[in-house]
Amino acid sequence: MIEILNVMKKFKSVGKNGEKNFKTAVNDITLSIERNEIFGILGPNGAGKTTMIKMLTGQLEPTSGQIFYDGKSFDKNKSEIKKMLGVVPQHINFDRELNVEENLELHGRLYGMEKSERRSRINELLNYMELSDCKNYNVGKLSGGMKRRLLIARALIHRPQILFLDEPTVALDPQVRRKIWNLIEDLSKDGVTIVLTTHYIEEAESLCRRTAIINGGKLTATDTPKNFCDRLGRFTVDCEGTAGRSCKFFDDEDSAKNFASASGENFKVRRTNLEDVFVELTGRGSGLK
Amino acid sequence: MNFRDIGTVFWRDWIVLKRRLTKFIFSRMVAPLLYLTAFGLGLGRSVQMSSGSYLDFIVPGILALNSMNMGFHGIIPVHAERVYHKSLEEYVLSPISAESFLIGKISGAVLKSLISSAIIILFAEIFGADINLSLMLLPVLAINSIIFAEIGFFAAMKLSSYEEMAQVNTYILLPMSFLCGTFFSTAALPEILRFFVECLPLTHASLILRSLTAGEEFLPGSSAILAGYAIAGFFLSLYALKKSQDD
Ligand SMILES: Nc1ncnc2c1ncn2[C@@H]1O[C@H](COP(=O)(O)OP(=O)(O)OP(=O)(O)O)[C@@H](O)[C@H]1O
Ligand SMILES: [Mg+2]
Repeated sequence: MIEILNVMKKFKSVGKNGEKNFKTAVNDITLSIERNEIFGILGPNGAGKTTMIKMLTGQLEPTSGQIFYDGKSFDKNKSEIKKMLGVVPQHINFDRELNVEENLELHGRLYGMEKSERRSRINELLNYMELSDCKNYNVGKLSGGMKRRLLIARALIHRPQILFLDEPTVALDPQVRRKIWNLIEDLSKDGVTIVLTTHYIEEAESLCRRTAIINGGKLTATDTPKNFCDRLGRFTVDCEGTAGRSCKFFDDEDSAKNFASASGENFKVRRTNLEDVFVELTGRGSGLK
Repeated sequence: MNFRDIGTVFWRDWIVLKRRLTKFIFSRMVAPLLYLTAFGLGLGRSVQMSSGSYLDFIVPGILALNSMNMGFHGIIPVHAERVYHKSLEEYVLSPISAESFLIGKISGAVLKSLISSAIIILFAEIFGADINLSLMLLPVLAINSIIFAEIGFFAAMKLSSYEEMAQVNTYILLPMSFLCGTFFSTAALPEILRFFVECLPLTHASLILRSLTAGEEFLPGSSAILAGYAIAGFFLSLYALKKSQDD
């Protein structure tokens, strides 16, 4: 569905002494995302997740490399491909001069929707996101969580086939977060391909079929959450030593237990999770087997 | 480029303007009233013209400088849309072309400019100016606001702060509004300055407008210069728009 070939993005930047240089935000990433999968992009702050999404959605031009949708070059078929993409950006970017409904209306018009379809879709999504009462609100007056919900509603108006969500559940309360997760799963059942970035490991673990971990603009690894944990070692022993907290990974539970009981009472055995993988791959850890 | 998409961009500017139309119209009355009073009635009484009154002379000048200002200020909200609210992203992500967006935005500025030109013409008549109202005024006022809307658009895509935007006004628009044949003929300027000023678009807009309001001929040379500026401005703005997300 989406083929990303050696994509690179360099930004002009100014160095410490005012000299001009380049900052590589995305460094030679090659990746393919399958039709109908929920694909997660994980990485620490500044890893290049947003830059990647912006290139995939046509907001930024890659410095080099190519992007294909269904075998078609994105660069050469921009407007045709953009019609099937929906984007939930990381930052709120509503038109502050328009009210809630007008913002959605503008979106529908930009994607060439007919009036009746636009109207019914707007009402449907406002209802779903529990925003119907705020139709005529100035967008600036919505709470943070309401703005996030409105961002998602807006991205869905034109029924995109591929939905990009850049940290979709930041600042949402637990109920709403669950609701968004359900929505993402429902969309996926309806055949929508989903690409999301997140900091919440739990989110990636419960939603994503596959995740890519990027760090410093480079793709570190791509796999299913389960395989990631298996590769690290399915069981983890948390060691609370004098030097702080550290982890040891084991393939089977028995050797983990043996290690823990031999080492003393501060050692606990638990299942390895994506967070461990994330910390290993992006931080001080030694990496995967 | 496509009319429906241009219409969408224009629709947005129109509903925003419509909401404040009364306020907009009142605010556009202030400057022309002051100009007409100060330069037309006040100063104008002591100015001797070879033909007609000074009031008749400055009405086209005021129209020219007003359409410049309105073109520029009518489009600069797009600076906040790009830099502060980031709402420009919505258009960049959508399937509409950069051309459609640019033309839609310019149309919004031209509409505001033409409304305020109508207000000036109305006041000029009330003040008793003897001006010939030709339909040809319309395209000239439009093209002059297009040129300055493009300058404003280019600046809005390139500059990152509101202060810098204000400097464009101070260093480019303000000097032009006084020197470009608006309040006095460029013939009064020293030779070198005159040559420079006669290359600027506002000078030619003033010349054509003055010729038309005096009931004289349309100036093809000056019109070609305005058209040249408008075309160059369009492509520069388009280029700046396409690069606008890169910083
Ligand atoms: N427009 C820009 N100009 C210059 N540098 C940029 C620009 N956008 C991003 N960067 C740099 O590129 C790197 C990657 O940024 P990006 O926003 O893609 O990170 P991210 O993974 O989304 O981080 P976060 O989790 O904080 O959202 C950062 O070092 C950032 O400073
Ligand atoms: Mg980000």
